Amino acid sequence: MLFGIEWDTSTSWAFAWSILPILLRGMVVTIQASLLGFFVALGLGLLLASLKGVPLKIIAWPAAFITEFLRDTPLLIQLFFLYYVLPDYGIVLPAFLTGALALGVQYSAYTAEVYRAGIQAVPRGQKEAARALNLSERLAFIHVILPQAVVRIVPAMGNYLVSIMKDVPVLSVVTVLEMLNVAKIIGDRTFNYLIPLTMVGALYLLLTLIASWGVRVLDTRLPKRGIPLK
Amino acid sequence: MNEPIIRFEKVVKRFGELTVLDELDFEVAPGEKVTIIGPSGSGKSTVLRVLMTLERINAGVVYVDGEPLWHEPHQGTLKPASEAHLRKMRQKMGMVFQHFNLFPHMTVLRNLTEAPRYVLGLSPQEARQRAEELLELVGLSDKAEAFPSQLSGGQQQRVAIARALAMRPKIMLFDEPTSALDPELVGEVLRVIRSLAEEHELTMLLVTHEMDFARRISDRICFFDQGRILEQGPPEEIFSSPKEQRTREFLHAVLHPEE
Amino acid sequence: MEWTRYIDPLLQGCWVTIELTVYSTILGALLAFGAGMGKLSHNPLIKALSVTYIEVFRGTSLLVQLFWLYFALPLLGELIGLDLRFHPVSVGVLALGLNIGAYGAEVVRGAVQAVPRTQYEAAKALNFTRTQTLWRIALPQALPEMMPPFGNLAVQNLKDTALVSLISLGDLAFRAEQLRNLTQDSTTIYTMVLFMYFGMALVLAALMGLLERHVGRWRHRRR
Ligand SMILES: Nc1ncnc2c1ncn2[C@@H]1O[C@H](COP(=O)(O)OP(=O)(O)OP(=O)(O)O)[C@@H](O)[C@H]1O
Ligand SMILES: [Mg+2]
Repeated sequence: MLFGIEWDTSTSWAFAWSILPILLRGMVVTIQASLLGFFVALGLGLLLASLKGVPLKIIAWPAAFITEFLRDTPLLIQLFFLYYVLPDYGIVLPAFLTGALALGVQYSAYTAEVYRAGIQAVPRGQKEAARALNLSERLAFIHVILPQAVVRIVPAMGNYLVSIMKDVPVLSVVTVLEMLNVAKIIGDRTFNYLIPLTMVGALYLLLTLIASWGVRVLDTRLPKRGIPLK
Repeated sequence: MNEPIIRFEKVVKRFGELTVLDELDFEVAPGEKVTIIGPSGSGKSTVLRVLMTLERINAGVVYVDGEPLWHEPHQGTLKPASEAHLRKMRQKMGMVFQHFNLFPHMTVLRNLTEAPRYVLGLSPQEARQRAEELLELVGLSDKAEAFPSQLSGGQQQRVAIARALAMRPKIMLFDEPTSALDPELVGEVLRVIRSLAEEHELTMLLVTHEMDFARRISDRICFFDQGRILEQGPPEEIFSSPKEQRTREFLHAVLHPEE
Repeated sequence: MEWTRYIDPLLQGCWVTIELTVYSTILGALLAFGAGMGKLSHNPLIKALSVTYIEVFRGTSLLVQLFWLYFALPLLGELIGLDLRFHPVSVGVLALGLNIGAYGAEVVRGAVQAVPRTQYEAAKALNFTRTQTLWRIALPQALPEMMPPFGNLAVQNLKDTALVSLISLGDLAFRAEQLRNLTQDSTTIYTMVLFMYFGMALVLAALMGLLERHVGRWRHRRR
């Protein structure tokens, strides 16, 4: 029994059918963790990208180093670090939040790069044209650069959301009851890992297929010339 | 005239709506040197590409060396050719492209030995010897170990010619071999092609805008217009007294572009 | 100093991590070429097999794959009467290699498809077979194109090896967890471990950079 739902081990099919609702409960957690981690990554990545763009070297350089460092170290270790080290400094978070935070930290290194590449991909001439029209730096950025960058940034971010989903099972090590952890527990208790783990694989395929399809649709729907912000 | 080595019979080639070869009839005798001229888009490249099996045809039959190129005889009729048949037929031809298309990751020598070794099954020594002879022929013996990116356009095109010759084709197809070259490099490539034109056995089909050169080396000039041969004949005839108005206009435009 | 006492056990873990990375990256590269070329094959069976492999391993999570191979595969073996229990090292290398190979396959496919059409035409005019064209003409030209993404995948793979600690392989992540249990000195231990992974990633990236220069030699030759 898990989440108050019993399983039926009489036949394989009955077993699979009875644990499906349990796995789906895990899937909800997986999706919640993905979305929360994604939003943290979007914010933190924006911060890192902005700091990297500051002309002052004492700010830009550490920001670049942190980005590289976060990109090159494993999510699992970053997660353990947050999980075991933060409490030493009086910050006690629930496992779920720690996990989502770790996802966000790891992926901020990737999203920072997406912001940078998206803005850099806007042709130079656009910025010059904006200047020729006497737009201020800020207005030029908001009205000329950003709308064009967004159409490049959004699909790339969508792909990272899919990647984050696939990394959520790592959170099982700090007891988050996402889909894989749920399946593992069912396996531990019934000595039948084959069915729950295979089902998790299939559910994952379904999830990423739908998500990737969503990203593709979004990509084709976005006007290639940019999105006006008003 | 002998049995033609190339024969197009009512060949049709379309790209979508566009008809590029329009029931084309066209023959080339063994050893003949034929130059194809004509305005852009008239289907000149397509003729060569159909022969090299780079483009399929939509209707008609192409014969090469007495056998249908794109078809195989089957119970008294013709069915579409198998890959094995196409491979046998390709063996008879070699092609030189406008943009050389050398293999950039291979040295000049390997560009010349790769196909003889792995397609013809020559031994490394045989392939190498053949390559060295050909490099000598095109005047690039000292460049055997260079990569294509280290060569000038003219040198690259001479290597490309040698590469095609290394397969010992009966028919050589040249698609605007000097159009992508700086003017000062055109001569060295034309000299190589001319030396080939002196070989009696080799059949040559050349698309070019170098009219003087075409006049000197060709047995026959074919003027293409809208996927058909509008006019053909010996060079003197076509260049000195073309019958068709379109031919006159074309030649005038090519020979006196400033007017 | 406390932290010096951690160095030895952690370095032992590093060594296991390096071994896992090397083996699984090699396995992944082989699978990437096989499946990437397989996806371009005209043989429907080979193509379907390659596409299925790529989609399944890119579409599911590495940890799910690892657990499936470790916990579920032996049970499947029992069902069909085969002994499919493997040593954790083999399971780790297999899972990592299969996973990274699926991503690599898309890199291989993309790079091969980016080889200009004119190169394929030149190859056809010289009567190379389709297979010869792929392996002798297209692939070597695509190789330098593949190296930067391969470099990223190798680093990704290094990071992913940390997950095998969860099937109790004595890699760096596993040693760290052991030491933490023993000493509760999590700040020091995890800081050291993060920097060790970072160092290994930098070295790996540099090595991949060298390899990239090596396979792209012909590109840098200029007149
Ligand atoms: N792959 C293709 N798809 C669609 N149209 C094509 C294709 N290849 C050629 N065409 C069209 O077919 C027509 C004939 O092409 P072809 O290359 O034979 O002309 P050409 O006489 O060689 O002209 P040029 O002197 O410009 O090389 C052109 O209008 C060209 O745009
Ligand atoms: Mg042409």
